[in-house]
Amino acid sequence: MPDAFAGTGTLLRLAIRRDRWLLPAWVLALAAMAGFSASATANLYPDISSRVDAAEVINATPSLVALYGRVYDPTSIGSLALIKLTALGAAMVAVLMIVVTVRHTRAEEAAGRLELLSAGVVGRAAPLAAALTLTSGASVALGLLTAAALIVAGLPAVGATAFGLGWAAAGIAFSALAAVTAQLTTGSRAATGLAIVGLAVAYLLRAVGDIPDSGPSALTWLSPIGWTQQVRPFAGDRLALLLLPVLLAIVLVAIAFELRARRDLGAGMIAERSGPARGDITNTWGLAVQLNRGVLVFWGVAMILFGVLLGSLTSSVSGMLDSPAMRDFFESLGGEQGIVNAFLSAELAIVGSIVAAFGIQAAGHLRAEETAGRAEVVLATATSRLRWANGLFGVALGGVALLMLLVGLALGVGHALDVGNTSMIGDLVLASLARIPAAWILTALVMAVFGWAPQLTGLVWGLYAASVVLVELGALWNLPSWMMDLSPFTHSPKLPGATGVIVPLITLTTCAGLLAAIGYVGWSRRDLTP
Amino acid sequence: MAVSVTSSDLVIEAHGLVKSFGTTKALAGLDLEVARGEVHGFLGPNGAGKSTTLRVLLGMLRIDAGTVRLLGGDPWRDTAMLHSRLAYVPGDVSLWPNLSGGEVIDLLGRLQGGQDPARRDRYLELFDLDPTKKSRTYSRGNRQKVALISALSSNADVYLLDEPTAGLDPLREVDFRTCVRELRDEGRTILLSSHILSEAEALSDRVTIIREGRAVETGRLDQLRHLTQTSVTAELVTVPDGLERIAGVHNLIVDDHRVTAHVEQRGMDALMQALSASGIRSLVSQPPTLEELFLRHYGPAASSQSNDA
Repeated sequence: MPDAFAGTGTLLRLAIRRDRWLLPAWVLALAAMAGFSASATANLYPDISSRVDAAEVINATPSLVALYGRVYDPTSIGSLALIKLTALGAAMVAVLMIVVTVRHTRAEEAAGRLELLSAGVVGRAAPLAAALTLTSGASVALGLLTAAALIVAGLPAVGATAFGLGWAAAGIAFSALAAVTAQLTTGSRAATGLAIVGLAVAYLLRAVGDIPDSGPSALTWLSPIGWTQQVRPFAGDRLALLLLPVLLAIVLVAIAFELRARRDLGAGMIAERSGPARGDITNTWGLAVQLNRGVLVFWGVAMILFGVLLGSLTSSVSGMLDSPAMRDFFESLGGEQGIVNAFLSAELAIVGSIVAAFGIQAAGHLRAEETAGRAEVVLATATSRLRWANGLFGVALGGVALLMLLVGLALGVGHALDVGNTSMIGDLVLASLARIPAAWILTALVMAVFGWAPQLTGLVWGLYAASVVLVELGALWNLPSWMMDLSPFTHSPKLPGATGVIVPLITLTTCAGLLAAIGYVGWSRRDLTP
Repeated sequence: MAVSVTSSDLVIEAHGLVKSFGTTKALAGLDLEVARGEVHGFLGPNGAGKSTTLRVLLGMLRIDAGTVRLLGGDPWRDTAMLHSRLAYVPGDVSLWPNLSGGEVIDLLGRLQGGQDPARRDRYLELFDLDPTKKSRTYSRGNRQKVALISALSSNADVYLLDEPTAGLDPLREVDFRTCVRELRDEGRTILLSSHILSEAEALSDRVTIIREGRAVETGRLDQLRHLTQTSVTAELVTVPDGLERIAGVHNLIVDDHRVTAHVEQRGMDALMQALSASGIRSLVSQPPTLEELFLRHYGPAASSQSNDA
């Protein structure tokens, strides 16, 4: 083994030891999600004609095609069952692998722990090699487990394998992208963020590329997410296309190793700029804004693009109301009046649950600042615990509200551009704002856990994932309503078009307030626990 | 507990502090008294409970038992009020990676309730810190300087310094000592936790030595020194008999005309009389250092010796 790779095995064991619970849990959850969806859809659409109806509704609806992609074989149960999980699921796998890659490379380097390890017999390329081995192994394991789950659910083996390997290929390709971004920036959050921007661009390319009825355009073929989708599991199983993401990964990994070989430990490719000699941050609010600014700007831009795109695709829905099956399908999406409203409402449900992730991430600064010892620095000044938490928690809540406002406006503008009148903008902004309280419940849940069991703060991400899955897939899985009621998103008013919105809004906001109050009480009473 | 100070002079007054983390007892009945206007050395090996004590004084940890007063207030209840009158330098300074050093100093100054801009600029120059660099690029010593500058530029009554020079080079350490003396001359109180004995010895008016969560010794350095032994080396014309019988003389070595011994305070007078009666050619006497005090409390012989002290 060349010198540069010395110690890879030891580092890989360290990485496995550190991830021994989290990574298997996510892998199993994702595989189980695919398996559940497959078996539930089989029950929901027992005969061919019902499947064809459902598939045609999706294919005829540009906003759904943009979000999920097309059903390439309307008669295939697998193709229909996994429509929500082909591209979107691949993106989830990609996020997981990006996070794991950066966690074991740039994050270790930025924290200074890699310096300690590098003093041992550890080659320059070893940390990267260990991280990529871990993510590739986890991706392949995830792919095989998913394939097995689909086969158990009764889907054909070839299609199941194609689907599982598609996820695996997406995981490997985006892990390789993260390997490159981890060489570019000096901060680990910036490295993760840059890789996620890459993923978002890939997703957007295929969203736009998939819309033409004539089939995927060149844009789709520029996107690694598009490639995994064009494998078309259960509808052609073009397994050879899996070579594309693997080739991309090989190129990216080669670039990453080359960059690593040329740079110093701790350095990035993007030079660190110097900052001001005098500061103008005056209080904990300013500090919290500063901590969240970069991420918030990124989210804002992404949400505006997403909103305009979805908004401009909605009106074409109302043009094709020919079959009762379609009507039924639209109604089942949760809207109450009018096809367009049902769609906008369904889109806002998705956007609302995505934006909730920002709130959890931003409120997560509470715990991150505490473990890093920076909370101690601030609390040793004349800043009370209450004020310190107010800044970070307030910016998390405010950021969620701001993002929903932006999405509402963008959706309205996109819709107005499409239909040529602005009458819906106000309704869409209100409908978007109505999704805030449900997202706030998860933000406040971070505060509550942080106040009483700070070591468990990260578990809120698991509860978040469960909440999203319950509301997005619960109906498909035919879950009992009490179970779906556990998700805060279930209770969001389905605006535009719904009535009786005041009571749920008050209830949700009160719940968020209670959770936050519980958190504040715990935080004011407990020890600082780094 | 030798020093007689009235309780109104006490800036820090802690009695019987107990703090457990799970099954580990970090503080096991700690007593600590720091008088107004003194530099108080707070000494102990790693894990003795120094940082835990400071965090209790900062209201970051709640004690399980005991009483603690800081500037007459309760550190847990009156936290923010007390903090406007204190400054703190943590042992391991962690800063926001994307803020520059200057931004952090100014932020902490404002949160503190104001800092002296003239002092800020003076200390920036004294410690030779570039305030435009992002915190991410600072070495440990430079991060420590950021915390020190922001603490020293504040107008606090009490300074809690947790091993503040651990990352500084010797030159800056000298500057740091000058700063601390200046603060003391202005009547401010400094609690200086350290395991660097020379630093505490050079700066402290009084010291408290802690071990396993308990104060084992406290007082002025010269008062503590009587607890340990002065080392004496003498060259004599003739070596008298019976030196080993003088109470308080230990480790006596006679090598031709050269005598070395460790002497407790009580045996010093008798030894000197015996030596001078024999004709002294040269005499070297070294006062006990804190190192020896430490070895006494943490060394292998610590438990047996502390019984007859």
